[in-house]
Amino acid sequence: MLNYTLRRLMFTIPTLLFISFVIFLILDMAPNDPTGNLPMTIPPDVREKIRQSLGLDSPMYVRYLLWCKQFFINEPLNLIEQWFDVCFGDCGERLRVRSWATRSYVVDLIAERMPQTLWVVGMSYVVSIFIALPIGVISAYRQYSWFDQFGTFFSMIGFSVPTFFTGVMLIVIFSVWVPSDSIFWLPSVYDTTLEVTDLHSLWLQIRQMIMPVFVLALYNAAQLSRFMRASMLDNLSQDYVRTARAKGLKEKTVLLVHVLRNSMIPVVTVIALSVPQVFGGAIITEQIFRVNGLGQLLITGIQGADIPLVQTLTFIFAVLIVLFNLVADILYGLLDPRIRYD
Amino acid sequence: MTSIDEQVEAKNRSLWGDVWSQFRTHKGAMLGMIVFAVILFGVAAGPYLWHTDPQHLDIRAKNTNPITSCLFTGSQIADCFSDPESIKYYDPDAEQLQRIKVSWAHPIGTDQLGRDLLAQLMQGGRVSMAVGMAAMLLSLVVGTVIGVLAGYFKMVEGLLMRATDLFLALPLLPLLLVIIMLFRDTLRNAFGPETGIFLLIVFIIGITSWMQTARIVRGDVLALKEREFILAANSIGTPSRRVISRHILPNILSPIMVSATLGVATAIITESALSFLGLGFPSDFPTWGRLLFDGTTFIEQSPARVIWPGLAISLTVLSVNFIGDGLRDALDPRIRGR
Repeated sequence: MLNYTLRRLMFTIPTLLFISFVIFLILDMAPNDPTGNLPMTIPPDVREKIRQSLGLDSPMYVRYLLWCKQFFINEPLNLIEQWFDVCFGDCGERLRVRSWATRSYVVDLIAERMPQTLWVVGMSYVVSIFIALPIGVISAYRQYSWFDQFGTFFSMIGFSVPTFFTGVMLIVIFSVWVPSDSIFWLPSVYDTTLEVTDLHSLWLQIRQMIMPVFVLALYNAAQLSRFMRASMLDNLSQDYVRTARAKGLKEKTVLLVHVLRNSMIPVVTVIALSVPQVFGGAIITEQIFRVNGLGQLLITGIQGADIPLVQTLTFIFAVLIVLFNLVADILYGLLDPRIRYD
Repeated sequence: MTSIDEQVEAKNRSLWGDVWSQFRTHKGAMLGMIVFAVILFGVAAGPYLWHTDPQHLDIRAKNTNPITSCLFTGSQIADCFSDPESIKYYDPDAEQLQRIKVSWAHPIGTDQLGRDLLAQLMQGGRVSMAVGMAAMLLSLVVGTVIGVLAGYFKMVEGLLMRATDLFLALPLLPLLLVIIMLFRDTLRNAFGPETGIFLLIVFIIGITSWMQTARIVRGDVLALKEREFILAANSIGTPSRRVISRHILPNILSPIMVSATLGVATAIITESALSFLGLGFPSDFPTWGRLLFDGTTFIEQSPARVIWPGLAISLTVLSVNFIGDGLRDALDPRIRGR
């Protein structure tokens, strides 16, 4: 198992390098100019100097290698220095990835936005698992019952109706139609400056998280409950279930201990596999509810042609995808003793 | 009394006849097909029946409410529906009688520039549907070609499947956004604002959604390749391209058809998502996603502006997904036999 993990990790590195190169190439092919947004009064020779100071006059591979050096060597070193308060060589003078638009370090920008995304996306994930598992279990146990029919319809709606429509509909209902002094009124804009200090602010925080969390949770729960149902159905018809019942085990034990545990194996990997997709889907949800998380940072970066920021963020999304693919494969091997990667 | 000929005829069942009779038993799929046909008819023939120009600016009629607002006029409902322009109601905020701004000329209202929403919805639906179909076709062709090549020719299998894995590892939505942002202006200059954006969006949606098709097709081709009839075809000296076109392609038609229907749904959703983020079609060339995006600014004054386009997208995608579901069952011989 360890051997397999190490081998996969070794293979991950060239994949990620290649992906980062592809992203860099796409951004580099683009016919736009980072100085295009600056005032027209800047004379052309100054403009040229600005371009030189951004390093745009050097050939493409030099810029790519420099980005690699900054991202893979300088930034991790910097993080280690910050965390452990140590200094390697020329600390403080090392070249770091800077955003063109704000001139601040990209890593700091990302660290600023990370908590909001993690809160909203993470919470929605937890909620979706709590919605999806019971629905999946019950609709498999009572196959073709009205509950199952309803569950099928619910999940069909869940992944057919795009998040930007469910989100906007929730805003129409809970922020526009419900009067604002009612207890059911919910804010449509996520306020990041809110600090949770007492019960009242905690209540405000929960209220502003309800809508974005539920929009994402509904979408995920729809897919997860389908997988749960299919996997439960596969296991329910197996021989060991009949044996367990024949032994005289209680129906609850058979269902929740024997069948559920075995059915969770593929579901856990599906959960791991779709974590990066959630970050992608969160771009839209963050935009609807004005959550200033990673997705919104990416959108503003794209609109401002902030190449280093977009490059780094897109690459981080790619890292998440590759990483969680690996996690899913390893989890599968760990959870299911029948599967061995040797 | 039936003749012998007719009896023989009745027993004669074709493959597609079987598929159709299985498909009909799936209630959701039938309902989905009816809804989809209605929407398709609405966007295709609608502009011939509803003559209002979607781009006509009628600034006097700006922000007209949908005719359904009449339902909230209390005792005047009947008058309101028969002659909407004459109705006044008491507005508690302004403390005076006000004219309720509804009109049969704009049954579901107008936007802030007085453009008719119904006409825009039909026009937008045409674009959304066209993008969905074209992007699906492109991704289907790419996916099938790559899947068949990878499954049939051992030489290119490793390379093509690594490429597929690589595409699956790319963060697609961010990349789509980046590519559109970067190449929008170039293409707009080359092909004009409408065709340029249309080509760009169809191309990038198609080029980033073929991976699932390729994987399924490759799996099926790998299994088919070991069957006796392929061996027989090879042994009589049939060239590879003819084996593929005569024997392989007809046998992998059902997974291709299923992924085609699902592909339309994802393409429509992706296009609307891009438009919703403000990076799709321009405002004067509306699609459903763009109408929804434009409507969100005016969500407090007129929620109808977001509800109708959103409903159109959702219903289309829902019906297409149900059709795909029914098709999958109907094309699966193990289910069809029962």
